[in-house]
Amino acid sequence: MAELDTFPRLLLHHAQVRPDRPAIREKDLGIWQTATWRQMADEVRLLACGLAAQGLTRGQHLALVGENRPRLYFAMTAAQALGAIPVPLYQDAVAQEMVYVLRDAEVTHAIVEDQEQVDKLLEILPQCPRLAHIYFDDPRGLRGYRQPQIASYERLLEAGRSFLATHPRFFEEEIGQGRPDDTAAMHYTSGTTAHPKGVVLTYRNLIESGRSAAQMEGLTDREDVLAYLPLAWIGQNIFSYTQWLVVGFCVNCPESPATVMTDLREIAPTYYFAPPRVLEALLTQVAIRMEDAARIKRGMYRYFMGVARRVGGRILDGQPVGLVDRLRYGLGELLVYGPLRNVLGMSRVRVAYTAGEAIGPDLFTFYRSIGINMKQLYGSTETSVFVCIQPNGQIKPDTVGPPAPGVEVKVTDAGEILIRSPGLFREYYKDPQATADARTPDGWFRTGDAGYFDQDGHLKILDRAKDVGKLVDGTLFAPKYIENKLKFFPYVKEAVAFGDGRAMVCCMINIDYEAVGNWAERRNLAYTGYADLASRPEAYGLVRDCVEQVNADLAADAKLANSQIHRFVILHKELDADDEELTRTRKVRRGFIGDKYGALVDALYAGRKEQFIETKVRFEDGRTGSISATLRIEDAKTFAPAAAKLAA
Amino acid sequence: MTPSDRGIGAPILAVEGVSLAFGGVRALQGVSFDVREHEVRAIIGPNGAGKSSMLNVINGVYHPQEGTITFKGRSRRDMVAHEAAAQGIGRTFQNIALFRGMTVLDNIMTGRNVKMRSTFLEQSIWIGRARREELAHRRKVEEIIDFLEIQHIRRTPVGRLPYGLQKRVELARALAMEPELLLLDEPMAGMNLEEKQDMCRFILDVNEQFGTTVVLIEHDMGVVMDISDRVVVLDYGRKIADGTPDEVRGNQTVIDAYLGVAH
Repeated sequence: MAELDTFPRLLLHHAQVRPDRPAIREKDLGIWQTATWRQMADEVRLLACGLAAQGLTRGQHLALVGENRPRLYFAMTAAQALGAIPVPLYQDAVAQEMVYVLRDAEVTHAIVEDQEQVDKLLEILPQCPRLAHIYFDDPRGLRGYRQPQIASYERLLEAGRSFLATHPRFFEEEIGQGRPDDTAAMHYTSGTTAHPKGVVLTYRNLIESGRSAAQMEGLTDREDVLAYLPLAWIGQNIFSYTQWLVVGFCVNCPESPATVMTDLREIAPTYYFAPPRVLEALLTQVAIRMEDAARIKRGMYRYFMGVARRVGGRILDGQPVGLVDRLRYGLGELLVYGPLRNVLGMSRVRVAYTAGEAIGPDLFTFYRSIGINMKQLYGSTETSVFVCIQPNGQIKPDTVGPPAPGVEVKVTDAGEILIRSPGLFREYYKDPQATADARTPDGWFRTGDAGYFDQDGHLKILDRAKDVGKLVDGTLFAPKYIENKLKFFPYVKEAVAFGDGRAMVCCMINIDYEAVGNWAERRNLAYTGYADLASRPEAYGLVRDCVEQVNADLAADAKLANSQIHRFVILHKELDADDEELTRTRKVRRGFIGDKYGALVDALYAGRKEQFIETKVRFEDGRTGSISATLRIEDAKTFAPAAAKLAA
Repeated sequence: MTPSDRGIGAPILAVEGVSLAFGGVRALQGVSFDVREHEVRAIIGPNGAGKSSMLNVINGVYHPQEGTITFKGRSRRDMVAHEAAAQGIGRTFQNIALFRGMTVLDNIMTGRNVKMRSTFLEQSIWIGRARREELAHRRKVEEIIDFLEIQHIRRTPVGRLPYGLQKRVELARALAMEPELLLLDEPMAGMNLEEKQDMCRFILDVNEQFGTTVVLIEHDMGVVMDISDRVVVLDYGRKIADGTPDEVRGNQTVIDAYLGVAH
């Protein structure tokens, strides 16, 4: 076999070099079932033959919809072996959201997880007439379906078996035709604006990017990874597909989305990725459980977390720390940090990344302080993820590190970050205009992010360039920065800050139902549901404390002192991707929310004490309804800027 | 899907002229109906109509004073509870009857009890047959856990679960004995819309996947009309209608008795 420059070639390589090492595991019927590299290669061969027999050819797109299941991973490699292009879709998208992608990519074949996804595709079949073949992994509930488009994964394998009998060399020949500059995968950007765009990535893009990062971190074939994030997201492709095939480690698929925490603990991955949102949820859980713990444990936790905050990060970075503190930390390791890492499923983690959005410094330091090598990285779908990675030992909570090997980064005068790298995407699918717009004439990719290099050459990201605004008095307003500060509090799930072109900053807040609910229960506060809890004066009191602490923090920074939050409101419903308030990667869509809750924004700035609001909601079964409430708006205390405080 | 597609066959259960009284209270009076193989059969009626009593007669908790029960071709005056279980009748209860301190897994394992052959002694020292048996049963239980999507609570004590999930665990336990006839006493009582939809789907899936015949009592008319093949209506211990959901819906006696008229 020639160069290892396509995924199918990498698969054949592993099947030869480490045939009996585990390639992928899945927990099924309560037991981790393993497929070795050889088994995987055999199944991918059958699958590729089956897909070919069913008419999938070079250059066509294969849609994949479902949770992380080994068979969907096999399908990706099988499609690539044929020169077809896998297009993973977000499995929790409602049917109508899939129409655009299926039509745009002219999808003819789809492999999906279960009845839920089959139903969605059947619903939109009239709008996607090209879609002629749908294969399902889990037959449950599908026995009675008579539609000619539908067949089981097993049937596809059977078709592959008979095809293979007559075309024994087919699979290897097709792989032989693959070129490193062929399209390897297409990922649709989640689209904070307008329609999603298909980002076309080649084998060279993905493999070079994944390989140099793997070398930098010294990844080996002994790593274990838990694949729990959506397949459609580029990070999942990089960490659990590209690097998996490049390095040859083992990917583990959880039993179901609800069991991820248990599965995480059982697998104890060595290489781990979590977006800040997941880390935040984990920490919230820990915080809640610690508050419920016995007094002695609570005291121990508090004391040793204090020690960890002071010296934990420095010990991890190998910096000098006094003997007494070292002993204290050692004791804490025994009593608190070790057990805590175990509960979090991170006792074996060698390298952990977080990215996707800015992470609160306190949240980030928490994980590092208990001895987890958590690092930030910066990247996007268009750059095959890796742009900046924090090197071991040079971790700062508020930067994303220096450029990764092979990547060039520069910042324009206007503050926008530009990138040139081997991982840079080829084009937006069928959109030459957007492709041209995304690059400068001399070939740099415009990220649309605002940031700057600090004195050590580490990149610091502020916000999306277009989101950074100004208050009327001309001072800087970086909404995400403020929202992130709020969201670090376990009681605040989501925050949306307004202030661009206004005299002051106001905020909409979602409480964290679990955390505030638990807090209320411990105080014997009865509540009937989310809306009720959110409207309680006690909840307002709780949130006001958070807001005022943020204000105190902001006041300490001369540049941001004017963006203190003057007024806030707690929303009566949780912001939801189904209502288009969040993207599928759960980022708030500030402009959309501003329009949708326009009455509320007006009330915030008009100084009203309460405001009636009615909003449309979409239920999980796709129906829509509306909910209304009269929301209370409260003022928060603001602080004099730092200089004045010193004088006082 | 039409009934013939699902292979609805000959009656698997027939009750004829069943009367049951507790002292002066006549719970059932000459009730007759049959249940065909593979169908979903609903029993409905206002409070106190005798629905639960009927289920209790079928699986041998109550012994009727009159009438016969024919199950799988064998007629008898009354069922005996353990015999009903051995013959393949499983059930869930209106008020959940699980072991609250035990985990979900252990609760479901108890449903396999009727299928276990090893002796108490073998089980207590965990050798030979007992070990093989438990592994096989555990696999079956895991299939049911997977089927009902309760993997995430496998190790959780039942008492800590919300009501809707407890109902699901109870269904799981009933399924663990691989019943041919499944009696469900208000499987959706007290659930919210989403939980009800889930439960409906599970009941239909059980019916389709395992071919289990289902007899269910339910108050939610929407649910009953949606998922049942045929419906029996009881009122004050008497059968007042029997037929497809459409027939029953149009029946004036039912409308008067069940949906209420001015008395």
